[in-house]
Amino acid sequence: MSPHSTYETLRHFADSWGLAGMVVVFVILAAWPFRPGAREDNEAAANMIFKGDDNGE
Amino acid sequence: MESLVTRAGLWFVALLFAIFMYVNAVDAPFAIHMGVFGLAALAGLVISLRKPDYKALATGGAALPDQSRYDDDLIRTGVILATFWGCVGFLVGLYIALQLAFPALNLGLEWTTFGRLRPLHTSAVIFAFGGTALITTSFYIVQRTCRARLALPGVARFVFWGYQLFIALAATGYLLGVTQSKEYAEPEWYVDLWLTLVWVAYLAVFVGTILKRKEPHIYVANWFFLSFILTVAMLHLVNNAVVPVSLFGSKSYPVWGGVQGALVQWWYGHNAVGFFLTAGFLGMMYYFVPKQAERPVYSYRLSIVHFWGLIFLYIWAGPHHLHYTALPDWAQTLGMVFSIMLWMPSWGGMINGLMTLNGAWDKVRTDPIIRMMVLSVAFYGMSTFEGPMMSIKSVNSLSHYTDWTIGHVHSGALGWNGMITFSAIYYLAPRLWGRERMYSLRMINWHFWLATLGIVFYASAMWVTGIMEGLMWREYGSDGYLLYSFVETVAAKFPMYLLRAFGGVLYLSGALIMAFNVWQTIAGKLRQEEPLRQAAYDPNADRPLAAAPAE
Repeated sequence: MSPHSTYETLRHFADSWGLAGMVVVFVILAAWPFRPGAREDNEAAANMIFKGDDNGE
Repeated sequence: MESLVTRAGLWFVALLFAIFMYVNAVDAPFAIHMGVFGLAALAGLVISLRKPDYKALATGGAALPDQSRYDDDLIRTGVILATFWGCVGFLVGLYIALQLAFPALNLGLEWTTFGRLRPLHTSAVIFAFGGTALITTSFYIVQRTCRARLALPGVARFVFWGYQLFIALAATGYLLGVTQSKEYAEPEWYVDLWLTLVWVAYLAVFVGTILKRKEPHIYVANWFFLSFILTVAMLHLVNNAVVPVSLFGSKSYPVWGGVQGALVQWWYGHNAVGFFLTAGFLGMMYYFVPKQAERPVYSYRLSIVHFWGLIFLYIWAGPHHLHYTALPDWAQTLGMVFSIMLWMPSWGGMINGLMTLNGAWDKVRTDPIIRMMVLSVAFYGMSTFEGPMMSIKSVNSLSHYTDWTIGHVHSGALGWNGMITFSAIYYLAPRLWGRERMYSLRMINWHFWLATLGIVFYASAMWVTGIMEGLMWREYGSDGYLLYSFVETVAAKFPMYLLRAFGGVLYLSGALIMAFNVWQTIAGKLRQEEPLRQAAYDPNADRPLAAAPAE
């Protein structure tokens, strides 16, 4: 058994824990605006550019 | 007063430094560039000494600019410069298109060969036209969506003019033959260092404005702009890690060689497309399309998913530029898979942009700016479908190194980036100069159709010629030899090159009409013209039918 090269170590990390970690972070970030009660926040954010008497300008 | 002395002092030191570098330069282009640097530092020195109101400074009551208004001086300049750079970039593009058809146009001079004019064209349209438009619109949008004046106004001016200096150095460098031969990253090490300085300052101004915002939420357009600024900084630093041969010369060599160098280059190159030409321009889309349509974006949730989808996927797609090379097979496949996955968030974004018009589709008929935006978003969708398809290895074996790639790039650049920038310019010009509307809406309509037809000619010519040459290159005879020599494919492409150049003529004329329109708008003129659409109305016929007497 020869010790793994840096390349192999990084490559194994990238397609195991690294990949899994990124998928989890991505799913959380993408699901965040769909959390219960976020509907109002999203509407407010979308309409922010029209807010007020001056139409957001 | 102290800040004035510091500022002038910094410019003076920069001037001395440029002179020192100029005197010690080991090659002529480097000396010329240090001369340009020196002139810029001199200009900075003169402006910082002449501009302040010394009388006011002496009495201690230097007037601050009106804090109740947005800081729009730079944005006005940016709209003019973006229009100018657009016309220059398209003109150079047309010229090199004609060079491909008529090689005599290389003129037999080293400065005007295709090899030197091509990076001049790509950088003029991407970095001069696109980059100026990005800095300009990001400064406009971040102020409006944060309801705050631009942070660090002095630094903002440095960013804006420093970036123009970068353009001037890059452009003159290409003509003089200064290049590190990395596509879309041609400028040499000292110009890269200057851009790094400008870019860090850009980040500071943008983040500074977000930090002083009056709105609790950061609008999604700013997410896209911020990711564009951050990622371009990272890409630029990694891809431009080079060792100069001399600190007083223009030549350098990259740190990474061979396939590592190629991978770093295309990791940079594809993400320049992904974050400079996509994320940044999506920032424009998420602000200007809702504002012009006067309705909020179709789904704010979708815009967030769109954002994270692009961030997580784009960064891995670069290896698809290196199919069937020395790059490990798994890396090629990874690039292909991530490119195909990218299709989904891209189309999510396209749907989001188009569906913003849901319930107001009549505006496509009556408002030429909306029409332009719709076409732009449609081209975003088309090129983000074509791209993933071309990244599939078997398709790529036909399309790679052919003009199909050129056609793909241009349907994205002329269709998506060009059209969204034109519509942003049409949106901004009347507002920035306090006019009722653009000088002529009908001219916008002309611009729309000229540009659209231009793209159609361009893209279809490149599809035909690209697939044709791809097929010719792989055609074997029964004896196992290639059927066509390279020069035969070049000769076969000639008619398509003429059609492509004709498309370029149309696209350039549209841009010139825009330049005239913007100029007249700034001059405060309004063209008297028929509105684009009016429902028929005849007051004489507008009456009940009288009962006719029986015969």
